[in-house]
Amino acid sequence: MSRFADLFMGMLGAAPKKPEVVSERVQTIMFRKYEDKDRYIKEKMHARDHHLVSHKWRNRRWAVLLAVNLLFVFSFWLDIQILEGALTASRFVGFHLIDLNSALQVMLAHKHIIVNLFIGTFTVFLIWVLLGGRTFCSWVCPYHLLAEWAEALHLKLVEKKLVTDHEFHRGTRTVFWLLFALLAIVTGYTVFETLSPTGILSRALIYGPGLALGWVGLLLVFEIVYSRRAWCRYVCPIGLTYGAVGSLSPLRVSFHVEHCFHEGDCRKVCLVPHVLDVTVKGRASEESMSLGPDCTRCGLCVDVCPTGALRYEVKGLSQLL
Amino acid sequence: MNAPVEKPKKPAMSLEKAAKARRKFLQSVGLTGGVVGLSLLGYIPVLGASAHRLRPPGALNEADFLSSCIKCGQCVQVCPVEAIKLGDMIDGFGVGVPHIDPRQQACDFSCDAVQCILACPTGSLTYKKPPFLNIREGALLAAAPILKAKENDPEPTLNLKERIGVARLARPSACLAVQGKGFKGQARGAGFPGKMRYMDVDRWKPIPIAEHPYDLPLCDLCVRECPVKGAIELRPFKSADGTSRMQPVVLEPCVGCGVCEMVCPAEPAAIVVDAQATWHGEVALAPAPAVTPKEPS
Repeated sequence: MSRFADLFMGMLGAAPKKPEVVSERVQTIMFRKYEDKDRYIKEKMHARDHHLVSHKWRNRRWAVLLAVNLLFVFSFWLDIQILEGALTASRFVGFHLIDLNSALQVMLAHKHIIVNLFIGTFTVFLIWVLLGGRTFCSWVCPYHLLAEWAEALHLKLVEKKLVTDHEFHRGTRTVFWLLFALLAIVTGYTVFETLSPTGILSRALIYGPGLALGWVGLLLVFEIVYSRRAWCRYVCPIGLTYGAVGSLSPLRVSFHVEHCFHEGDCRKVCLVPHVLDVTVKGRASEESMSLGPDCTRCGLCVDVCPTGALRYEVKGLSQLL
Repeated sequence: MNAPVEKPKKPAMSLEKAAKARRKFLQSVGLTGGVVGLSLLGYIPVLGASAHRLRPPGALNEADFLSSCIKCGQCVQVCPVEAIKLGDMIDGFGVGVPHIDPRQQACDFSCDAVQCILACPTGSLTYKKPPFLNIREGALLAAAPILKAKENDPEPTLNLKERIGVARLARPSACLAVQGKGFKGQARGAGFPGKMRYMDVDRWKPIPIAEHPYDLPLCDLCVRECPVKGAIELRPFKSADGTSRMQPVVLEPCVGCGVCEMVCPAEPAAIVVDAQATWHGEVALAPAPAVTPKEPS
């Protein structure tokens, strides 16, 4: 299978695999790292000592996430009419924008597409094809921010041995995607939207809180005490939809094996650590590789990597960012 | 014959690892069942009678409305009287779907153009239904409603094909007109926040009903404030004691906007809008409580 297919299957839930062929260049790099161990360890210690803990990308991302959601809120509250509607469907200075997964649910349930729905869906499709991966998840989705904080709390509790993380199979999300699509077709209702914390939170911010926030609270409690980032990792079909759409995007996080010490700090902070499987020693087949479509481009790994082995890149325009 | 060559088998998974995988699988199945099960609880309010909500103008039939609504609230944002509210968790699949509570705030058409329909990105609210979505008998209006507010404009009608409900004098004995009484003061009291457009105050800006007191020898608020021409009128009838009285009669042009229900000073309202009801002819003049047959859903 091609690397793309492997990564795509990884997004659907397949376990990451060891590469069958490793390029000569990577072999040389790995060999050199092994041969010159002393220098390698020295470099590693040096990089560690000089690594400034950075929250550059996290802060930028939080700022964007808050700005987008606040723009929704203020467009209604202050009647500035820039971004009207909610995350499921909106109008940006008049242009229709429709969330791909919500549009899909409506199309499957209603079995009818009007022009505005099509236009809005296409606009958003283009945006995420360009931005790629699950950029929506970490840069826009309001639930992501709450879940990120819940995750931090969960990790603290795990550290204190007060709770343990219960992992589910990552393929569960694919099953959910299919089930919710099937439910929409069979029942004629947009069943997923009833539970989607993304829609619920977006509406609560814009139109005021309601009982539905109780459900979001329960989800967060579940993630804090039982399973790390459960909704985003194992359930939410929105992420899978965007992952599939953004799989061919030119914007991505890339991994450079030469700079990597394989210590795995990146995998510890990552919401979708299977995309960072290439950073495990012996898993990289090329000198420079981009992460899979499940990557949310959140930049936590970019921030945490002490050696700059992980970077944002636009394919064909490396070092733009 | 040679015995078949045994292929070297892959080492079996350790018992511990197998147990872990099994546990993970079962937990995943549990998670799937749990979340899907919870999502299907959304059926309960939908199948129950509680789901009869008054939908905004141009709404498709209830099942189609629920399936096509993307729950974005753009209709909420354009309504000048903020009549449209979104459903909550208790509405099941109707969470995030718009509805109107006419007693609190009716649709008075002060936008002049049913802008909620214009704002809807999915066609849940629509000027013209696609042919495969059937129009229920009695839902279609005989003619485009004429807005009293626009009566002298070159284009006095409203681009609305179907009614969203029908008004009904539900409690004739509570009706001030039926009792032969007048009305003085604020229709719903000084603290009522509901708004309405009064042409004699401002063509474009709705004001609180509380700021527009009345002094009427005979209460005709529902007729007086009805925004649609010819939708309701006061008619005389002989009451049980033989005296001649007046009562409001709902006519075919009624679109079900709910203004009559909002302004009715009786508590609870003597006249109410039956959400999603259809037109089945005039209700006969009678002092006894009249009942309009309800549209089976």
